[in-house]
Amino acid sequence: MSIIVDAKGLSCPQPVLMTLNKIKEIKKGEIIVKVDTDTSKENVSRAAQSQGWEIADVQENEGGYQLTLKK
Amino acid sequence: MGRLKNIFATRWGIIGVGGLIGVLAALLQKLGNPGNMGICVACFERDIAGAIGIHRAAVVQYMRPEIIGFVLGSLVAAYIFKEFRPRTGSAPIVRFVLGVFAMIGSLVFLGCPWRAILRLAAGDGNAIFALLGLIGGIWIGTLFLKGGYNLGRVQKTYASAGWLLPLTMLGFLALMLIFPHIEGQDKSGVLFYSLKGPGAMHAHLIISLAAGLAIGFIAQRSRFCTMGAFRDLILFRQVHLLSGVIALVVTAVIVNLIAGQFHPGFARQPVAHTMQIWNFGGMVLSGLAFSLAGGCPGRQLFLAGEGDGDAAIFVLGMIVGAGFAHNFGLASSPKGVGPHGIAAVIIGLIVCLFIGFTMRKRVS
Repeated sequence: MSIIVDAKGLSCPQPVLMTLNKIKEIKKGEIIVKVDTDTSKENVSRAAQSQGWEIADVQENEGGYQLTLKK
Repeated sequence: MGRLKNIFATRWGIIGVGGLIGVLAALLQKLGNPGNMGICVACFERDIAGAIGIHRAAVVQYMRPEIIGFVLGSLVAAYIFKEFRPRTGSAPIVRFVLGVFAMIGSLVFLGCPWRAILRLAAGDGNAIFALLGLIGGIWIGTLFLKGGYNLGRVQKTYASAGWLLPLTMLGFLALMLIFPHIEGQDKSGVLFYSLKGPGAMHAHLIISLAAGLAIGFIAQRSRFCTMGAFRDLILFRQVHLLSGVIALVVTAVIVNLIAGQFHPGFARQPVAHTMQIWNFGGMVLSGLAFSLAGGCPGRQLFLAGEGDGDAAIFVLGMIVGAGFAHNFGLASSPKGVGPHGIAAVIIGLIVCLFIGFTMRKRVS
């Protein structure tokens, strides 16, 4: 069961802060991050990669993106 | 096109964008904009406030096409790349108040973060104190962010709602074309114009508008933000946005040197004062306000262009703030701070701290 970070509707740096907090908490595993702007998608991806996490999947859905982060 | 990788958001992309902004800003000064003010988002919004009579400071009244271009260039980019997302509802009144005090802080220093960087790139040592203040204000903002500060989630809204600020800017452009400046007259139709001072110094309308459109376009793509540059460094140890700001400084210095616009020193710098405590203090206030609002004044214009109604409210707050700044004697001049500028900075800091301390709802 993946952990979900719902950052939809929040502007940066909030999505990045929430994702990094979760990354620090679980150390490794799978996190699904929901965002609704391209800026948040890019920022979350960049922050996750800087922590050694991989962007396993990016799905575009109505009104946003769902990123699957893995480590 | 939305599926293509956004090259502007890469490391070299943001460096290229920052570099180009530095070149264009220095050239705009060469082509007529005020000293060390090729681009100053706060000053230019203040000039717009003067042009429509929100304040009547005679030397700073001009409908700056660069600001219009920033919003419309961003709008065009957002539509081409399918990123126009009309949204609003994240504490708009708070954003308005933050906009007001961001402007007041900027006018105590005499420049927003963009101009602080450009003043530094032209050799104005006073900008060092302002940049230290900016970083200090942003640092305070990051403490609030770490403590859970946020203004809540936005909601999707009508596309027409996202269009309102871009339409306002189109209206401003139309007014400029309908009521152009008449030589020697300080009013043309409904618009006010400066006959002397910074408001009377400007590049040709077409050049200013084209530069604004170009910067609006590439800044929307790259997410260029002068506040975010320092915030991300402090908060995440990330230098992505900062690399764009550094590129801006480097290219602006080079063009300033070539154009004879580099004059190192502290005294007698153009549109600047040497009261360093208030150069610092004004920008602490601005930095904190920008940090709490999530973007520098330029970024707020670019966000407004891509449909962010809350950023649009912040922009309107800044324009109204310029009215307060000049009507109440808060804005500085080359002689020093205004009669009530110091009180305004202190009140502004108290208001920002109140916002930071009380709006800390954790989002689950």
